[in-house]
Amino acid sequence: MNKTQQILFDEPGPRAQRRIRIATVLGAVLLAGALVAAVYQFASHGELAAARWEPFTTWPIWRYLLNGLWATLRAAAATAVLSSALGLLLALGRLSTHRPLRWLAGAYVEIFRTVPTLLLIYVTLFALPQYGLNFPLFWKLVVPLVVSNSAAFAEIFRSGILALDRGQTEAGLAVGLRRGQVMALVVLPQALLQLAPSLVSQLVGLLKDTSLGFVVSYTELLYSGQVLSSYTHLLIQTFLVVALIYLVVNASLSKFARVLQARNGRFGGRRGRRTAELPPPLLEGKTPR
Amino acid sequence: MEALTAHLSQLGHGLVTTVELTVVTTLGAMLLGIVVATLRIAPVPLLRAIGTAYVEVFQNLPLLALLVLFVFALPTIGITFPLFTSAAIVIAVYEGAYLAEAIRAGINTVGVGQAEAARAIGLTFGQSLRHVILPQGLRAVIQPIGNICIALLMNTSLAAAVGVVELTQAANTVNLVEAQPIAVFTGAGLAYMLLALIIGQVTGLLERRLAIVR
Repeated sequence: MNKTQQILFDEPGPRAQRRIRIATVLGAVLLAGALVAAVYQFASHGELAAARWEPFTTWPIWRYLLNGLWATLRAAAATAVLSSALGLLLALGRLSTHRPLRWLAGAYVEIFRTVPTLLLIYVTLFALPQYGLNFPLFWKLVVPLVVSNSAAFAEIFRSGILALDRGQTEAGLAVGLRRGQVMALVVLPQALLQLAPSLVSQLVGLLKDTSLGFVVSYTELLYSGQVLSSYTHLLIQTFLVVALIYLVVNASLSKFARVLQARNGRFGGRRGRRTAELPPPLLEGKTPR
Repeated sequence: MEALTAHLSQLGHGLVTTVELTVVTTLGAMLLGIVVATLRIAPVPLLRAIGTAYVEVFQNLPLLALLVLFVFALPTIGITFPLFTSAAIVIAVYEGAYLAEAIRAGINTVGVGQAEAARAIGLTFGQSLRHVILPQGLRAVIQPIGNICIALLMNTSLAAAVGVVELTQAANTVNLVEAQPIAVFTGAGLAYMLLALIIGQVTGLLERRLAIVR
């Protein structure tokens, strides 16, 4: 609850409290109704039978799905490392003082920010092999993901660098650092700290993108679910479990991003940056404002 | 080039489907976004919890997993829709979560005094939201909403993975016949860029017309 939300309604009086109770009951009834309808649909098509859920208590099924999750995490890690590095280079290119470099990086970002990843995947699947570029399965997924995610990372880095107080750059130049040094020693360390939450959020998006392995038939989590369900014919059960795994992994990452946000990008409280928050020393006879 | 002109009608149909899908889901997602954002700031704790759960679930699940679940798995419990409708529902529900967060951010930019004034003249929660908060809040986030619409346009391509013949799928089919990947995929890519450009221009126009300069 933040301030605006609290101000949208008063401290509820007796009538408002009654209305809130009525709304709560109505909401609960609707929710229960939806739940009952769902259970009824499952039951009437025999999908609730214990035999159709039991396999998900056995280790081999879970081992298969967890292998899928492992492949998802591997693809996500490779994509994250490569596309953040490329994204950083692109951001620096867009902010460079050389016009051709600026232009090239800008064109790359603008193009690949507005072309769907699936189209890029089709290009690596069906177009590149004709020209002798036939990647292994893993890279057929990762290369297109890197191409499109690096554009997204570039925009995040650029906004972070631009958001930093200009005075920082000016001070760096004033003490005689070269532009590259200012970027590496002054601007980037601060910008990256500020950007940590956005970068983790982008990581969630990237992890979701790896589900495109379904199209490439790279056995990451979603495609593992597909393969598994074609053996067991437990279609809805498998995909619900797969969705649950995605939810757990991504929700933890999102939570981590929020924690970082709340802490201003710092992992621990050990950095000595807290001086600004200390109250100013009191002068004799003056009351602090 | 010939590969493109020979299959112009096929690619054109794909483009039209992509545009239809984008327009329908944008409207649906906008509606859902406003409803969910309202739920998240409602005075009733249960409704707030529902709104939060909605956003958490749909922002953390891959769109493709939702599409697969909806299109391939739901028929086993007797829930079937036409393919285009299924894709539209799933994309609208998914993007609705993102729009809800953008709209909530917009609501948070509205000055506290505005809400206080609305309550002081006796407007109820719904009235102050409808007449005071939302008109100002939405204007503050036109640009973010435009960006989400562009992301939505790109996400409609995922409908191809479950069999909707939109632009990406049409391009793929034409390429399989013609084996002219560079021409075909560049053409499709340019079409997407053009559509994104149009969305960007429209948001720019709306922003200039509607945004409140403070």
